[in-house]
Amino acid sequence: MTRPMTRVLMKGNEAIAEAAIRAGCKAYFAYPITPQTELAEYMARRLPEAGGVFVQAESEVAAINMVYGAAGAGARAMTSTSSPGFSLMMEGLSYVVGARLPCVVVDVMRGGPGLGNIAPSQGDYFQATRSLGHGDSHGIVLAPSTVQEAVDLVGVAFDLADRYRLPALIAADGLLGQMMEPVLLPDPRTPPPAPVWATTGADRDRRVITSVYLVPEDLERRVLDLMETFRVIEHVEPRFETYRTDDADVIVVAYGSMARIARSAVDRVRREGIAAGLVRPITLWPFPREPFGRPARVWLVAELSGGQMIQDVRLAVDGRAPVEFYGRVGGMVPSPLEIANAIRSAATKKEGAPA
Amino acid sequence: MITVAEPPRGEMTLVAGRPRALLDVPTHYCPGCTHGLIHRLVGEVIDELEIRTRTIGVASVGCSVFAYDYFDVDFQQAAHGRAPAVATGIKRVLPDRVVFTYQGDGDLASIGAAEILHAAARGERITVIFVNNAVYGMTGGQMAPTTLPGMRTTTTPLGRDVRVHGYPLRMTELLAQLDGVAYAARAAVIDPAHIVKAKRAIRAAFTAQIEDRGLGLVEVLSTCPINWGLDPIQSLKWCETHMIPAYPLGVFKNVLA
Repeated sequence: MTRPMTRVLMKGNEAIAEAAIRAGCKAYFAYPITPQTELAEYMARRLPEAGGVFVQAESEVAAINMVYGAAGAGARAMTSTSSPGFSLMMEGLSYVVGARLPCVVVDVMRGGPGLGNIAPSQGDYFQATRSLGHGDSHGIVLAPSTVQEAVDLVGVAFDLADRYRLPALIAADGLLGQMMEPVLLPDPRTPPPAPVWATTGADRDRRVITSVYLVPEDLERRVLDLMETFRVIEHVEPRFETYRTDDADVIVVAYGSMARIARSAVDRVRREGIAAGLVRPITLWPFPREPFGRPARVWLVAELSGGQMIQDVRLAVDGRAPVEFYGRVGGMVPSPLEIANAIRSAATKKEGAPA
Repeated sequence: MITVAEPPRGEMTLVAGRPRALLDVPTHYCPGCTHGLIHRLVGEVIDELEIRTRTIGVASVGCSVFAYDYFDVDFQQAAHGRAPAVATGIKRVLPDRVVFTYQGDGDLASIGAAEILHAAARGERITVIFVNNAVYGMTGGQMAPTTLPGMRTTTTPLGRDVRVHGYPLRMTELLAQLDGVAYAARAAVIDPAHIVKAKRAIRAAFTAQIEDRGLGLVEVLSTCPINWGLDPIQSLKWCETHMIPAYPLGVFKNVLA
């Protein structure tokens, strides 16, 4: 039995940092960008105390490549950023995937495109889930909706990254990064020893970490192996939560901060007699397909974007029912009432329509 | 300073051999290219400093992308220009290992200018071998940041016009000004006397790291006969008559002295 854990009030960004340290993160590299900067500041203060390495990189390009080097040398390594910086990391992430290195990347999403603004957004969904940079490149994408879940998923992310030798992403948004909530922090863990493939510079057969395979037959073999890993992940790792879906006619699909708002909206319309429910994907890649077998009359996707996850929902629903959309962009966050209105509208519009 | 890699055979005594830090494999380099020579110098220095089993190399993008196939040490292959950032990540988590990057002019002076500048500014305890042949070799002879004014390349078919393409970068002089740099030198590998000096510089650049003094950098003027359109002998001569005047040889910084 471990010692009783204490609940503490923490900001999302700082809680993620502390959770990473407790998960055995020994190397953290980042460039300041709002709204994730507190994460870097916390790491600068705490990680060296915990026996880790903090370096403020000259850019997000450098930060992800420092992660590459440290991960390749066998350390649990991490970086964090927000949307414009996440774009800059795409090159490095493709190399991380190509070289099969484990690491954790936190993206505290903000309004885009371009410099956009520093308000909450989920506009990086495509960039995070479709392909990390060029090539057939995926990382595992985890989307917490509370500070507590963020803390829990950071530990999961390090373990998944190690298990599959791939990057694991925490897709948070400005709301989650900035809000304070009480959290139970896990006990500190000792990180696993350097893996057998790590370039640790020792007296044994040399080890090489690379993503270049000039002979097409070699690269194809390498990528097919990667595809096989992706298939295993798609089979084993999807995570989701359902809420009041058992008898639901209208099922809202939302993740992260948006799922919290949607949940309130579901409760609100339930009081009016509308049978609404919520599916909350926790992994965005692999996208959880199982909950979409439910016999809802209509699905409503709610996102802090112009409509990105809706593509995965449509693929999962596969034409069995209409898929509607409600989104806010530009860093705007809807109230539960707005989502409730969208649920009512979806429910009304489809009344009497063939199943 | 000769490494004996194999026992004597028969009546003959082996007086020179392959450095232990180099693998016994053919390289992919073109005839007359000096990469092989520079690899050998790095290998000899690794042997002499007895650091082979605690050295980690970082290969870059360009002709030396497959450097990891030739050195018998752990290696990571980095994205174009990012080798100093990758080396930073390695060195910071394994501070008692010896970490070196091996980068060409396009990699270090163009696409990776930010990464080398800031690794140097931070005084990363790494060694940088910077091979300058004034041209993008692997992609087939395009203008590099170090291409000389007037020099013809496939992207400067009428010669590098400084009004259009700007001026060559003297990276070693530039980096030598930074407080984080412990050793910065430029050498050439055009004849035995210069090769001896180049090796001395490479050894100092490793020593700067091992003695925890800061970043060690050696720029090595190299040849690219294929893309220069010269034979190997003419290339060495061209390096002497054109490259060295534009890129003066010498030690620009040495805190070890």
